[in-house]
Amino acid sequence: MRVTSKKPELVEADLTPMIDMVFQLIAFFMVLINFAQTEANDNVQLPSSVLVKPPEAPLDFPIVVHVGADGRIFVGGDTYTAETLGIRFRSELAVLSARSDLEISDATVIIRAHRDCAVGEVQEVIRVAQDLKLVNFALRVKEDLQ
Amino acid sequence: MKFRGKHAEERPQLQMTSMIDVVFLLLIFFILTFKIVELEGDFSIRMPIADASAGSMDDTELPIKLRLRASESGRLSSILLNDNDLGTDFGRLHAMILALVGNTGGPSTGEGPELEIDTDYNLRYEHVVDAITAVSGEKVGDRQVSLIEKLKFAPPRKP
Repeated sequence: MRVTSKKPELVEADLTPMIDMVFQLIAFFMVLINFAQTEANDNVQLPSSVLVKPPEAPLDFPIVVHVGADGRIFVGGDTYTAETLGIRFRSELAVLSARSDLEISDATVIIRAHRDCAVGEVQEVIRVAQDLKLVNFALRVKEDLQ
Repeated sequence: MKFRGKHAEERPQLQMTSMIDVVFLLLIFFILTFKIVELEGDFSIRMPIADASAGSMDDTELPIKLRLRASESGRLSSILLNDNDLGTDFGRLHAMILALVGNTGGPSTGEGPELEIDTDYNLRYEHVVDAITAVSGEKVGDRQVSLIEKLKFAPPRKP
């Protein structure tokens, strides 16, 4: 009897639907990724309110101050106390004064305070800013979509 | 001419392995860095430092006083609006503000009475945000009605 030798054929899976799905997922995450999360701070959980809406236009000169639940103050990754915060504000104001198109009244201190922090800590931030002639404040809260 | 050994026609194959590796790495990166973005907004407060000459203002310009008292643990213990005790009910506070401001509430104008928030130092911040929400306005359907837009804080009461 003659035995014919046959080469075993490799079974090839059809990868097309999987690649389609994976590309769809990548496109989804790429669209939703938010690189502008620099304002957020892991130490802060904002309180919520039904009345706030996301700002329609960006602020001219925002200074973002985070206040943690334990009263620690964070600005741009550095930690401050109410006593040392003025140093940071002065350096921010030096940047502002270098810009000819802006005045001190164009600066806004955005306060992102933890919902459980003592309100006195927030008032201290406001007081330090007021001492340096900053007048505009924005209390940042989470939008409550009831 | 004689052809020896006829080869079966082979389809050219793309090497997909490396591409799939990279694509999966990208997918894992995006999944790990994915964070659901919460919408945020601001309560704007314009608060210049208290002027020494401000003591001469007449009675009609005096701000509405909102006093928030805290328990030792920082919880809200009482709300006083112009010395009227409202318990801890922000609904009553909102009704009182509505009665005080009357029909002047409407779309944002930047005008209207001013409210000064005087709180205990250790009060939790979220209670203050609740109070600001109660006095600032209300949501009627999709429309937002403004009540008091000028807010300021009294000097901190240090413990």
